[in-house]
Formats: sequence, structure tokens, C-alpha cells
Amino acid sequence: MIPFDYRRAVDVDSAVGAVTDPEVAFLAGGTNLVDRMKLGVAAPRVLVDINRLPLDEVEQLPDGGLRIGATVRNSDLAAHPIVRQFYPVLSRALLSGASGQLRNLATTGGNLLQRTRCSYFQDVSTPCNKREPGSGCSAIGGFTRQHAILGASEHCVATHPSDMAVAMAALDAEVLVRGPAGHRVVPVVDLHRLPGDEPQRDTVLSPADLITAVDLPPLPPGSRSLYRKVRDRASFAFALVSVAAVLRVEQGVVRDVRIALGGVAHKPWRARRAEDVLRGSPVGDDVFRRAAEAELADAKPLGDNAFKVPLARNTVVSALRELSREER
Amino acid sequence: MTELPRPRVLGRSPRRVDGPAKVTGTAPYAGDQPVPDPAYLHLVQSDVARGVVTSVDTAAALELDGVLEVLTPDNAPRLASTDDAELAALQSHEVSFRGQVVAAVVARTPEIARHAASLVRVEIDRLPHDTHLSADRDDLYAPEQVNGGFDTDTSQGDLERGLAAASFTLDQTYSTAWYNNNPMEPHTTTAVWSDGELLLYESTQGVHTTRESAATTLGLAPERVRVVSPHVGGGFGSKGTPHVHTILTAMAAQAVPGTPVKLAVTRQQMFSLVGYRTPTIQRVRLGCDDDGRLTAVALDAVGQTSRIKEFAEQTAVPSRIMYAAPHRRTTHRLAELDVPVPAWMRAPGECPGMFGPEVAVDELAIACGVDPVEFRIRNEPDVEPESGKPFSTRNLVACLREGAEAFGWADRDPRPGVREESGWLVGTGVAASLYPVNRSPGSRATIRCTAPGRYRVEIGAADLGTGTWTSLAQIAADALGVDFPDVELRIGDTALPKATVAGGSSGMTSWGSTVVAAAEAFRAKFGDRAGVGDEAGASMPEDDSSDEYAMHAFGAQFAEVRVHVDTGEVRVPRLLGVFAVGRVVNPRLARSQLIGGMTMGLSMALHEQSVLDERFGHVVNHDFAEYHIATNRDVPNVEARWIDEHDPHTNPMGTKGVGEIGIVGTAAAIVNAAHHATGIRVRDLPLTLDHFLR
Repeated sequence: MIPFDYRRAVDVDSAVGAVTDPEVAFLAGGTNLVDRMKLGVAAPRVLVDINRLPLDEVEQLPDGGLRIGATVRNSDLAAHPIVRQFYPVLSRALLSGASGQLRNLATTGGNLLQRTRCSYFQDVSTPCNKREPGSGCSAIGGFTRQHAILGASEHCVATHPSDMAVAMAALDAEVLVRGPAGHRVVPVVDLHRLPGDEPQRDTVLSPADLITAVDLPPLPPGSRSLYRKVRDRASFAFALVSVAAVLRVEQGVVRDVRIALGGVAHKPWRARRAEDVLRGSPVGDDVFRRAAEAELADAKPLGDNAFKVPLARNTVVSALRELSREER
Repeated sequence: MTELPRPRVLGRSPRRVDGPAKVTGTAPYAGDQPVPDPAYLHLVQSDVARGVVTSVDTAAALELDGVLEVLTPDNAPRLASTDDAELAALQSHEVSFRGQVVAAVVARTPEIARHAASLVRVEIDRLPHDTHLSADRDDLYAPEQVNGGFDTDTSQGDLERGLAAASFTLDQTYSTAWYNNNPMEPHTTTAVWSDGELLLYESTQGVHTTRESAATTLGLAPERVRVVSPHVGGGFGSKGTPHVHTILTAMAAQAVPGTPVKLAVTRQQMFSLVGYRTPTIQRVRLGCDDDGRLTAVALDAVGQTSRIKEFAEQTAVPSRIMYAAPHRRTTHRLAELDVPVPAWMRAPGECPGMFGPEVAVDELAIACGVDPVEFRIRNEPDVEPESGKPFSTRNLVACLREGAEAFGWADRDPRPGVREESGWLVGTGVAASLYPVNRSPGSRATIRCTAPGRYRVEIGAADLGTGTWTSLAQIAADALGVDFPDVELRIGDTALPKATVAGGSSGMTSWGSTVVAAAEAFRAKFGDRAGVGDEAGASMPEDDSSDEYAMHAFGAQFAEVRVHVDTGEVRVPRLLGVFAVGRVVNPRLARSQLIGGMTMGLSMALHEQSVLDERFGHVVNHDFAEYHIATNRDVPNVEARWIDEHDPHTNPMGTKGVGEIGIVGTAAAIVNAAHHATGIRVRDLPLTLDHFLR
């Protein structure tokens, strides 16, 4: 590990002010950043510890939504009574991620900003455009079981590893950001980028931008939600494919649906094409399947991960079937 | 063979002697041993698979505060012996596999050493490398013998005729993956030189074998090397043969005179430096008559070895033992590749070698319409098929019957793919387990009366977490005819009498026989009136039975598998193993070994696979995030039991060894159950969900 300076931020303004260049990084739970530092993948000169900032509350908003502070721990958020009652998709997504020990440390903001676990990104002895722009993508032509089938580029085929973010994408969550120029709000679906020709940029944030909270809008009454994660072992593994789905059915017809996929792209993948097929349609396996196929029409598997196309299709169908069955 | 008189502690489960020290964190593992003012070593590895080191620039590393020395192929001390090429650390500029150590940094703290290692610039002239394992290679070769000293090839009768005459035949190819041993405690060495003598605190399965290889390699008389290893956090074979990190730590400590040096190999480094199980490709051919009696059995096994050192996994050896058939053949072929050196991993030979054949037997049983349990019973041999020796005891049939009864096999509907419960396809499967009773000659033990009624038993044995501290003391207590608390066992130190390596499940047989012999010598000399200071010792007695008898432990494993209809996810809600392992010294410890082996077998079946990227020549998924090992949630119900078996021929205790048999056959039972669940036959491990997606 390369030596670094450590500072503890006392308030949001000074935290943001401390990030004077890209070699200064915020430290929250540290469950991903510290790993990357050990691996030599990240080498910040200064760490600004934001764990003591007053961002660790979950509060109900006047409109019935929920504001989640950036340093609320994943364990606490998953166990929060309102989250469990009204946003089961989020609670289940959180609990399907990492391990109990990691969830006790990992924060809401940090979870959103964790980086890909692509084996080549995490190994400094292999080229990687995300780690060293222009060096090439080792995953293409290599081991791609965990890699993207949607929205990838010739420069990067990595996937975003978060479960929480996938649920938040389906919930239309908004990210509150405090940057050098002040506050702004970024929809969570717009927070992460597709790799394009700048795979080194995971999100639209700049280094001095600090996530202060995530807002969840209220769900319309009658909505049901779930998170289904499929992986290579029963726990403590990243998703091969995951599905976050929110569904509201009235008299057998889909009135509202929001679906996001994890494990398939460089960002939580909001499945708008599938939603369009479903909205207004009577529920049933046929339409679920057509919806999933519409979403996956442009999928470009890489060889090792060709199975992700039928897996994503089947998991979407399975999740919608379960949600609509509960509804009846 | 003399039998142990009136076992009293044998067969009981006294608590682990080392338990309190471990749960309070005071058990000294190799990296914990307190030494004055140590320095720390960090290894620099080659990032090419084959080439020649042209330069090592250490300037930036040496400029760091706290860096004491950087060893390179240019300045490293010359070793006395490079006969074991794996141990020839920094002795040449040649790079023979990706991950080979090409430099090593000694510094005041582990952090500085690691940082400095990242600053060492190693230039390597790349040469074309070849890491591709295939049964179709035209350069496969037959090794002189395979691991364990077995013949490379065997043949009896006329295989082609046996197959031609069969009513049902099978000709299929199966494969097992590359597996890396991943004990919780990484390979760790602390090296201390004083007055030309070397003290090694080492995490090892054999202090004396480590001493021997270190002494030979470093050019020291063995008595000038002491190896201490009271506790080992798992080894699974990877700490059974010497690896380069031990030599490098000794060299580093030599380079900074007066300063002890510590090294803990990182998890990632373990994937190239401490051995692994070769991937195997197994062509199985079987033939049977209308009644399911085998007429022909053949296994042609292909594995890999490294360019610098041969290791030949004995994959086809279990097929020489399992089932009767007049016509048979086994072969082993190796591809010599630019890969790290393969070595022992829990049940080398038997573990991979019982996968293909035990799945093939399931396939053939189905083809001829015989229940897979019954098929195995029908093919039970009277004598060991290829040697013609009688078995000392062989209770496979009893294990199959008891297991079938306990598992509820009798009600099984043989049709595949017809049971669905809440979106999961359900099936059950069976496979046999086998492991030889290995004896390693060469151990010695001494017993001394240290106080009235108190006895100290000394032998340089190892406890890998297996329970030797407790079980060997139990054997000593019974052999001396004294109470368990009156025995003080000392193990894990070359200052004690020589002991053989903990490998091949041979510990209890070899060390136990030796302790029994020492106790007999002690009682013969002093009778029941031993005084303080009385001492006697003995070496392991010659074995008079192994030439006459074929000695093996057997078992039967039953698995229930569920495969999700939509996602193909595979779960194993139930795993039952019934074993015939001779007398059980300590049920608590034995159960732990057996369910541990079965869990590792389940892990092999469902998850484990070191993925080689042939372009680079490295294992891509070289950490615990991506090299998946079964988690608690993957193993909801693993049960091990054993039948009452006493083998009068194996050793005075009547034991057979329990460390390895649990992993043998598990993967086949699970694959067979998955077929029963889905109708889909998987022949290549691991059993990932993509096999079942529709």
C-alpha cells in the first residue's frame, strides 16, 4: 500500500473543500476503496474521512418519500422498518449484497460509488482501460462470465457490482450531491455512465462531488416490489443477473411497472423497453417473456457470458410472475 | 499385528487440547511467533509466463525509508542445490511460469515491503508460452510413474474384446477443473539465523520434511536447521511439499544478518506459488452385461505439469480398485506447460479420479436399467481387481445399504426430470468414496515419565487443525494404559523425534503406530512402576500386512439436488456420507474431518474453478471474491456417519484415516443427482447454472 495522508472532515463544506485534486478521495466505509488501495488499483494521496459527517439519518419526507443519508450503513438501511415495509425491493437488494460484516461498514453513498470487480481491472499486471486509459481491455477475449451484455463498448465490458443501486434505479431514486458549485440532484439512473470511450469515468460526478443523501419517492398504493439475484453461489457473490421490479396490477392489467437489471451492464440497467411492453397489458408469462426479450434484443454477449441473455430473460419472467401472483 | 489393549479413551471425544489457545487467540501460528525486531518480506512476481529477466531496477525501492534489501536474480545468494527447480529461488534469469518470484523486498514493515515491491522494475524478454491443456495435444507424454509411486499404465484382459462383448457400453469424457488449495492461514514463514544455524517457524504439514528440503537447498547439515510448527491453519496438501517461499525467507534473513524475517504469502500469490490440483480430462469406457455386471473398465487420464518440475496426479489409480471386471485398462498422460507447479491437494488422485468413473457408472446403470446403488453392489469385487490381493476389510456395500436406508433411497422414482416443487426440479444421486490406507515409515516417538503418573510423549507430528494434539494423545493414553489427562503430547518441532509428513491421511496410522510402539517399549522396560525420568522410544514398526492385503477406506455419498426451473441455480439441500474408515479415534474430530471433506467436495461440484487466461498464463480469479468456495448458505445439511468397522490389519488401533475420503465421490453424487433432477447430464465441472438454462 502506498503511503497516504488521512484527514477527518468535520462538516460537508470542509469535506468538499478538501478535495483539491483528483488524488484526494473521500473515505466512507472503505470496503471497496481500501481493497483497491491494497491491490495498487487506487493510490490516493489524501483520504478525507466523511464517516463523522451528520449524514447518517433516514428520515421521512413530507411527500411520503424517504431521505437516506449518505453514510447510513447498508445493514441499518436494510433493517429500517419503513424500508422493509414500503420498499422491500431495496431491503432485499441490500441483504443480498456482500456479507454481514461488510454491510455493517458499507455506506449508501459508497455503495453507489463502488467500482467494478472485473478481475482485470483489479489486477495491475493486466491491461485495463478503466484503470489505465488506452492500455486496452483484457476482458475482451478473456474471462467474461461476470461481464456486460448490454451497453458495453470496445473499450470496456465491465459491470457495475452494486445490488442496492439496481433497486434504487427501479425506485426512481434521486441522488443529492454537494459539489464545489453547490447542491444538485441527479436521478440515480443518470448517476452511472456507460463506458463509451471513457471507461475510466464510472459516474457523472467529479472528484469533489460528495453524495449527501438519496431520496426515494413514495410508491403508489398497491405497488409490490422484489429483488431477485442470481449468482454462482448462494451468498457472498456478485450477481450474474439481478432483477429489481416494482409492479402495480389492477384487475389483471399492469398499471405501473419499473424494472432494473443488475450484472448486465456498466450501470444499473433500467429496462424501459420491457416496461413499455408491459404497461397496460394483461399479466401473463407470454407478455413477461416478450417484455424481457424486447429489453434484451440488443444484447451482445461475449462468449463466456452468452448464458446471461436467457438467464436475464428467465429471471425477469420469474420475478414478474412472482409479483403478479402475489397481487392476485 | 499387536492390537491396542482395552481401548478406553479411543472412540471417545475429549475436547480439543489446543481449543482454548485457539479461541483465545494465543496459539502461536508461524506468523505470530514473537521474534525480536523482525523485518518483513514481500515477493515480486513475473507478469509473463515464459521469458528471460534482462534487468531488475531496484533503485526506487531501495530509496524508500525502511527498505533493507532487495533480492534479485543478480544478487541473491547461490543455493547449494537446485535439484528441486521449484525451490531454486532467484537462481537463474529464466522465467518458467507467470507468477514466478523474480525479486523480493525486505523492509522494516509489511507495508513498506509491499510498497517497495511495487516499485521494483523487472524487465523480461518475453518468449512464446503455452498453457493450453487438451487431450488432443500431440506432445502428451507418459510419466515414469505417478504420484504415490504407482504404475503409469495398467492393462488386464483385452479391453476391446470386453467392450465388444458387452450388452451396454459407455464411452464418455469428463473433466475436472483447476483447483487451488486455499487454507485460511496463508503460507507463512519466520526465519531466524544465529551462528550459522537456521530456525524456521513455518506453517507446514511436516517439520522434518521442511527441514530436509531447506537443509539440502541451503547446503546446511539438517541438524543446523530447526523447524517449529505447533499449529497450522489448514494445508490441504499445499503445506505438505516444500515451496519456494520458505527458501526465500531463509535467504532474505541471511541477507540482513541479525534480523529475523517474516513472510506471509498473499492470497493472490497463493494461486501461483504453493501448488494446486491439475485440471484433468478423463475418458471413461465401460461395458456391462444385461444384468449390469461390468465386463470392461477403462480410464485414460490427462493432466498437466509444469515445465520445471513434474507432478503426475494419479487420477486413474482408483479405477484399479473399485469394481470387478475381467477386461481393464488405465493410463496417465501429461502435458508439460508453462504453468505453476501442481502438487498435492486433498485426496490427489482419488478426488478427481472418482469423478468421471462414478458419473459414468451412474450413466451405465441407467442405460441398463439397474438402480445405481444396486449396480455398485453387483460389481463388488472379491479381491482387489488388479492386484488380486484380498482386502483387509471392504465395506462399501454396507455403506451403500446403510446410506440408502438413511437417505430414503428405496422410494426413489428413477425417472429423471419429473419432480418439481415450487419451481425447483428435485433429484437424488449416489456415488462411492475410496481412499487408501497409507503408512509412511520413518517416524519415531519417545515417552518419558515427567512426574509420578505423568507421561510426556514426543514426536514431530503436525496438527493442521485436524486434531492431532488430541487424537494422538488419546492413542498414547490407551497405549500406556493411563488416563488421557496424564499424557502431555509434544508435536510440531524438529527438536522432537522425527515424524513423517501429514499427508495421504497417514497421520494416525504412521504416528499412532509409532506412539503405540514407543508405549510398548516403555512398558516392557519399566512395567507399571515407571519412575520420574524413565524414558523409552521406538520407531514405527515394519508393517507385516500391507504386502498381503489391499487396505482402503470406503464410503457412499448421497445427495439431494434442486435446480431452479427458470434460472438453473443449483442447490444441495441434503448431503449424506456413510463411511467405513476402521476404528474412529475421536468421533467429534472425525466427523469434523468427514463433513469438511464433503463440504469441500460440494464446493468442487458447484463452485470451485481456477480460471486460466491462456493469453497471460495466469489464474484470473485469484481471490476469495471470484474463486468461489461454498458458503454456509450453500451447505445447509451435511451429515457424515460411519459403520462399525474394525480392521485388524491396518495398524494397532485399527484405524484407516479420515482426512481425505470425505472429498472423494461428493462431486459425482451431486452431478448424478442433478441429472436425476433435470435429465441433463453434466460431465464437466463445476456444475454452474448455465448448464441447466433453457
